[in-house]
Amino acid sequence: MAAADIILTREAAVQGRGEYRARTRRKIMILVGLSLALCLSFAVDLAWGPARYGLDQVILALIDPDAVSAQVRTVIWDIRMPVAVMAIVVGAALSVAGAQMQTILANPLASPFTLGISAAASFGAALGIVTTVPIIPVAAGLIVPVNAFIMALAATLFIHFVSQVRGVSVQTVVLLGIALVFTFNALLAFVQYLASEQALSQVVFWTMGSLTKATWPKIWATLAVLLIALPLFARNAWALTAIRLGEDKAASFGVNVRYIRLETMLIISLLASVPVSFVGTIGFVGLVGPHIARMILGEDQRFFLPGSVLAGALLLSVTSIVSKSILPGVVFPIGIITALVGVPFFISLILSNVRRSW
Amino acid sequence: MVTLQLEALGACYGKKLIVSDVSTTPLKAGEIVAVIGPNAAGKSTLFKRIAGLLKGPGEVSLTATTKSRKAIGYMPQDTSANAVLTVYESILLARKQGSAWSVEDTDLRFIDTVMQALNITPIAFRDLGALSGGQRQLVSIAQTLVREPDVMLMDEPTSALDLHRQIEVLSFMQAQARLKGMIVLIAIHDLNQALRFADTVLLIADGKMRACGHPLDVINPMMLRDVYGIDARIEKCSRQFDHVIVDGVAA
Repeated sequence: MAAADIILTREAAVQGRGEYRARTRRKIMILVGLSLALCLSFAVDLAWGPARYGLDQVILALIDPDAVSAQVRTVIWDIRMPVAVMAIVVGAALSVAGAQMQTILANPLASPFTLGISAAASFGAALGIVTTVPIIPVAAGLIVPVNAFIMALAATLFIHFVSQVRGVSVQTVVLLGIALVFTFNALLAFVQYLASEQALSQVVFWTMGSLTKATWPKIWATLAVLLIALPLFARNAWALTAIRLGEDKAASFGVNVRYIRLETMLIISLLASVPVSFVGTIGFVGLVGPHIARMILGEDQRFFLPGSVLAGALLLSVTSIVSKSILPGVVFPIGIITALVGVPFFISLILSNVRRSW
Repeated sequence: MVTLQLEALGACYGKKLIVSDVSTTPLKAGEIVAVIGPNAAGKSTLFKRIAGLLKGPGEVSLTATTKSRKAIGYMPQDTSANAVLTVYESILLARKQGSAWSVEDTDLRFIDTVMQALNITPIAFRDLGALSGGQRQLVSIAQTLVREPDVMLMDEPTSALDLHRQIEVLSFMQAQARLKGMIVLIAIHDLNQALRFADTVLLIADGKMRACGHPLDVINPMMLRDVYGIDARIEKCSRQFDHVIVDGVAA
């Protein structure tokens, strides 16, 4: 170790700067690959259904709608397009919410679904459907999504403030999340018990999570939340990555940890609750999406953030295809499919390499 | 030129005053200050207060240069990290904090230089979670150095290093302090290293400053008996560095 000013050797520069640049290029290629896979999945989602079209027909219908028959145009643009786009937007939103939750809570099992935020939103929505009573005064058409949002926000802030108490461990936060899931599920059951037959069927369908409820206003609203959240997260990319090194270390880099945590939690509550309020409970995307991104891109938020967006969007888009491919003519609620795929992943996460990665 | 002076400094956790009345003469550029004291004396708390991470009474008077990204760099004692990041990414992260996304060649060249100086280039692309305690300390030192601070607060930076590495790292920090005009405060338990490398020693016990001055004025048999409860002498080694020779636990 030289005591005087260090002369950088060519070998060290190649090992360092050169290798870093090469790895960065590789990560960009992975993001491009994920984007292409998402485009393909989106096209297949549009092509598949009771009537199957070729990808050439789908591409033609997208580029020049007048070049295909009115029937094909209607099926692709009016029926399948909102569902396919909603799958991408909701998948991206839930995945980013999960990714940032895992980041700021330093918890690999954190996601809107596992920490009870989706359950809170379900309860809020059910309250709106059954009683038509808004938690805060809003127009009649907005009661369900606003109730869902308020409850999700309350659950998120509760978890945030408890996690800030000195001596509260990562395990405690997970247990607290489980307690929230049980609590809100019990409250949901209570509301269902009091519901009329019509309201009950509405609540049950809602809690299953289904993209068939997708409409363009819902898509724009979810997209708007995503477009507000992503630049804010991107602005804090270095700070959020630093938080993964520990609170003291991040603070030593000049990061205002308390402020970033609070800001991130508020954005997460929007990201987690808005999609859920529109399409119902869709679990595990917020858990699995970020883990896929982390495995292939690491936790530098400049790559992890877009990686989580793409992984979540791709995951739900593929799930949308699967949901209509199991039985011909039947579209299963997507929440059932994500749970079937997500539960084994969740268990493997607990049993296998959680300790190694966190 | 950088100067740092602590004036009746105290540090609180919530409303509880943990450290109080720490004062120094003006510390000058190039100076190494060893902060010593028994376990739980308040060394880490004092560092957090100086770094602005804790509140408390008193003043930290700092005259800093304008070149630095952040005048005070703090290396926490806890270096454990399990983020899925490589060593190189974690050091870049420290350098780029508060900056744009883009990474310039000058940033990377500076990181390469610091890593080479600390002999950690071979582990540059290893995952943080796969490092030994000593390697983590070296990475943490690099993370603090790349921020080019005027004042460095290093909380037990050599506690997990072997003897050879301890002397290497402390010699390097001493040289860097002189060369770059930094003031380096090092919380350390090894009194022999404090005697060898420090220009000034600050002794804290039970949250209060007990002494601050030339190493031999602070580290002496009376203090060692009084604060550490040991009978010991100070003698020179073959290279003329002062050493603490411990005879045993004081009766």
